[in-house]
Amino acid sequence: MLESVLTISLGAILINNFIFSQFLGCCPFLGCSTKIDTAVGMGIAVTFVMGLSSAICYLVNELLVSLDLGYMSTLAFILVIAVLVQFVEMFLKKSIPSLYTALGIYLPLITTNCAVLGVVLLNVQNNYNFIESVVYGITGGLGFMLAIVLFASVRDRLQFAEYPESFEGFPIALVTAGLLALAFMGFSGMQIG
Amino acid sequence: MLNVLYAILVLGIMGAIFGALLAFAAKIFYVEQDPRIDEVRAALAGANCGGCGYAGCDAYAAAVVAGEAPPDKCGPGGKKTAEAVAAVMGLDAVAPVKYVAYVPCSGSCGTAKDFFEYEGPADCIAAMRFGNKGPKACQFSCIGLGNCVRACQFGAMSIVNGVAEVDREKCVACMACASACPKGIIQKVPYEQWVLVGCRSNDKGAQTRKVCDAGCIGCMKCQRECPHEAIKVVNNLAVIDYDKCTGCGHCAETCPRHIIHPQKIYVQE
Repeated sequence: MLESVLTISLGAILINNFIFSQFLGCCPFLGCSTKIDTAVGMGIAVTFVMGLSSAICYLVNELLVSLDLGYMSTLAFILVIAVLVQFVEMFLKKSIPSLYTALGIYLPLITTNCAVLGVVLLNVQNNYNFIESVVYGITGGLGFMLAIVLFASVRDRLQFAEYPESFEGFPIALVTAGLLALAFMGFSGMQIG
Repeated sequence: MLNVLYAILVLGIMGAIFGALLAFAAKIFYVEQDPRIDEVRAALAGANCGGCGYAGCDAYAAAVVAGEAPPDKCGPGGKKTAEAVAAVMGLDAVAPVKYVAYVPCSGSCGTAKDFFEYEGPADCIAAMRFGNKGPKACQFSCIGLGNCVRACQFGAMSIVNGVAEVDREKCVACMACASACPKGIIQKVPYEQWVLVGCRSNDKGAQTRKVCDAGCIGCMKCQRECPHEAIKVVNNLAVIDYDKCTGCGHCAETCPRHIIHPQKIYVQE
């Protein structure tokens, strides 16, 4: 059990990083990475939602499969994620207003983060049990956070780098993202255990 | 057919359950908000400039209703907004003193000596990385690469002959420029103060003379000549006490370096 949890964690954070090797969640990755602070906030929020939705979607999927309605799972997952994000937003507003203000608009935007839907669909595809699903969700979120914080730090330095004018703005950001993804290629094919 | 109905039913029930849960959660986690916050917010100018010292119009409205902030801090809104906000809060309106930003530097191209020739990104922070003071020899000078211009959302800043200038009519004193200035030289001054010292150098007179033709050398002539004792030389720099200054303009005439500038102002009715 511990071994599979470790395998899943390392796999989700480094080897099959959601952004750099599965290319899920690229929109917030590019959109919220101009400042390190917001990148950290986004990472934490995504990790939270991913972990929770993995847990609930596992139960929902069990229910749907037992009713022979497995083909409806994607639809049901979207419903669950939307509800969860709403719920988290309300909860934070009441209980931790400081975090709520810090996250701002990024909080509701997590609904449309495809990495969240990706993680619950992959849970089903990989036949993970409940604990494995939750671990995969949380570590997938941590991988997302690692990627976005790394990228934000690089973009911070990019402001003073010299590059051709035609690369100004998004082009250079995309080139950087590509190079970072290449670096993460070094982990591919690694086996644990 | 039955299968389809079944699917609709299951998802429908799920949706209903989640909806009910959310509605329930909304009740439990309902955050009570004073209705006056919305009223105050509606009365504000809505520029989200942060000139009031709060994170934005929403934060300022909340602070006003909480009694933490006076109703007259909204620069862009001016007197009318102050009155409207005061009316919502049931307070007496006080006409706000209008402030504007001011760049105390006269070291334009040719006047201020160059320390080195800078060819790099047009960004003050980038230029500061060399020699820790930018391309001009005076360490208190405006670099003139326009970080403040880019920070101003009201189009009130411009670079004129290598020094930033404030359009006093457009400026709402949000001081976004002051935060953007890596040298931190931009000041907040009352709009009606029309004589201002155009230098911010604390260097000794001899050093100032070396690096700039338009720097305060701390000769104290203005201090001696001011009929209202409103000017004092502190740290080799003339400083006007705005409360004592009557705006006679005598100092501007006597300054041997011609750096006490009369500003254009249009006194409002």
